Amino acid sequence: MSNTEQSVGIVTAQSAEFEIPLQLTSGAVLPSYTLRYETYGELNARASNAVLICHALSGHHHVAGRYHDSDKHAGWWDNMVGPGKPIDTRRFFVVGVNNLGGCHGSTGPSSINPATGVQWGAAFPVVTVSDWVCAQARLADRLGIERWAAVIGGSLGGMQALQWSIDFPARVANALVIASAPKLSAQNIAFNDVARQAILSDPEFYGGDFYRHEAVPRRGLRLARMLGHITYLSDDGMGEKFGRMLRSGEFKFGFDVEFEIESYLRYQGDKFSDMFDANTYLLMTKALDYFDPARLHGDNLAAALRRAEARFLVASFTSDWRFSPPRSREIVQALVAADKPVVYGEIESAHGHDAFLMLDPPYVRLMRRYLERIATEVQA
Amino acid sequence: MKSELRSDLRLIAGWIKPGGRVLDLGCGDGALLAWLQENRKVRGYGVEIDIEKVVRCVENGVSAIGGDLESGLSDFEDGSFDQVILSQTIQAMRNTENILLEMLRVGREAIVTFPNFGFWQNRWQIFLGRMPVSETIPFQWYDTPNIHWCMLGDFEALCAKHRIRIIERLVMDGERRIGFLPNLRGSLAFYRVGLTP
Repeated sequence: MSNTEQSVGIVTAQSAEFEIPLQLTSGAVLPSYTLRYETYGELNARASNAVLICHALSGHHHVAGRYHDSDKHAGWWDNMVGPGKPIDTRRFFVVGVNNLGGCHGSTGPSSINPATGVQWGAAFPVVTVSDWVCAQARLADRLGIERWAAVIGGSLGGMQALQWSIDFPARVANALVIASAPKLSAQNIAFNDVARQAILSDPEFYGGDFYRHEAVPRRGLRLARMLGHITYLSDDGMGEKFGRMLRSGEFKFGFDVEFEIESYLRYQGDKFSDMFDANTYLLMTKALDYFDPARLHGDNLAAALRRAEARFLVASFTSDWRFSPPRSREIVQALVAADKPVVYGEIESAHGHDAFLMLDPPYVRLMRRYLERIATEVQA
Repeated sequence: MKSELRSDLRLIAGWIKPGGRVLDLGCGDGALLAWLQENRKVRGYGVEIDIEKVVRCVENGVSAIGGDLESGLSDFEDGSFDQVILSQTIQAMRNTENILLEMLRVGREAIVTFPNFGFWQNRWQIFLGRMPVSETIPFQWYDTPNIHWCMLGDFEALCAKHRIRIIERLVMDGERRIGFLPNLRGSLAFYRVGLTP
C-alpha cells in the first residue's frame, strides 16, 4: 500500500516573487519578497472554489501530501486536507502559504537582504497578521483568485482568517476560525515573552545576527519550544500520555532525564531547534501579541467585524487553556452583535490547544458539514 | 428546508414577525429557524447544547451557537432580538426564572411553550397513583429531564410576579385547539409574552 493513499499525493512547493514594495504596519517597507506556497486540487473555471489555509506559529506552506515516495512526514494538516477529507481537494483548490518572516522559503530573517547582500537577521522588520493578510492577498491576485470560498486557520491561523474577513470583506465568503482568540490575554503574552527571553538570552543568538557567526541559538529555541509545547497540551492529556512514568523505573537522584514527560519535551525541543529559525520564532510570537483587530475600532470587536461579508465557523476545544473556549465565545458574541452568520462549536476534547490538528469525531463532522455546505454554495 | 414543520413548531412560526431577528433557544436541528429563514425572511440564531445537533444546523444552513442555556444568555446584547423562542424546554431548566428574564432582556418578545401538567390525563394517572407518562411527557420519574413542572396558572403567576404581560396564549391537545377548560383539556401550552411597558 502506498503511503499517499487518501492523500493529495506527491506535491511540489512553488515560489512567487513580488517586486512591488509592501508597506508594513510598523512603518517599515519590504522592497521585494518571495512567498513560498503549495496548491492542491484544481481551480474551477470561475475561480470560486479556492480555499486558503493559514498556518499557526510553527507551521508553513506544506499543508498536505508528501514531497517524494519515501517522505516520512506528510504536510502538517494532511489529516484534514485531501481527497475525501473535510477540506476535500476533489472539490476545492487549496492553497497553503508560508508567511513573511517565516523560515520555510518565504522571505524572512534568514533570507538575503537585497540592500546588504547578507542575511537579514535582526534587521528583518516586525510583521503583523495584517501584513501577512496583505501579502496573501497579493498571492491570491497572482493565482487569479478574486474571492476565497473559505479562509481557514487554527490558533494564529484563525487570527489571519478573522483579519481577512475585516481587511478584505469582499474577498472572503467564509472564515473558519479554530481554537483562536480575538487578541491575546496577559497570560498568553507572558508565555510568549518567556519564550522570547529564552532565545534572546542565548549567547549563540548574537542579537539576531547569529548567521554571520555561524552559530545557532539552539538552547534558547529548545526552551521556547518546550514551554510552548506544555501550553499546547492539557493537564489531563499529558497525564494520560505520560503520567509520572519513569524511563528506568526508579529514581536516580540526579538531574538527567528521568520522567517520560521530560524525555518527550526535550525530544520535541531538540527536533524543533534543528529545523526552525530563532528570529522567525520571535517574529511569530510578536505577531500573536500585537493581534487585536478591535484596537482600531475603539476596542469594539463587533464594530471591527461589522464590515465583514463572510459567514463564520468558530470552533474551540474544552481542554484548550492557551486559547480557551471563552476566548472563542468573545468572537462569537461580536459576530452576533454585528449580525453576521456564525456557527459555533465547542468540542469536547482532551487534546488541549493541539486539538485543532487532531481528529476528534465531532470536530471532523462539524468541519466536513460546514465545508460541504460551502462547496455546494460555490458550486465547487 | 423542504420537509414539513412539526405541528407545534408550525404554531410558533405563525407568531413570528416576517423580517425580524429571532433567537431560538434549544434550537435542535434548526428545523424551525431554517423554515423561518426560508418563509418569513427572518435573521435567526439558535442556541444548542448538543454538538451533534449543531452539526445538523450546519446542514440546514442555520446559525447555531453551541452553548448551555443554564448559564444565561450573556452572548447576546440587550434588546437585540425581536422574538426569543423557548420551545418545550422551560420545564427541564434549573434556572427557570432566570431564563425567562434573560429572554426578555435580549428580546422584545418571548415565545414559551411547555407541556401542561394540568392536562386531565396527567391528573388521572396521578389519581391512579403513578407519575404521568404520555406523548408530551415521555419519561419515567427517575429518568426525566423535566424538573420544573407547571400548569397554565403557575406559569401565568410567574409572569405576573415579574410584571410580564401575556400577549397571546394558545392551548392545544394534539392538533386540536382548546378554548374551554384549557388547564384541564390542553396538553401543550403556547405563550407569547413581553415586558409590561
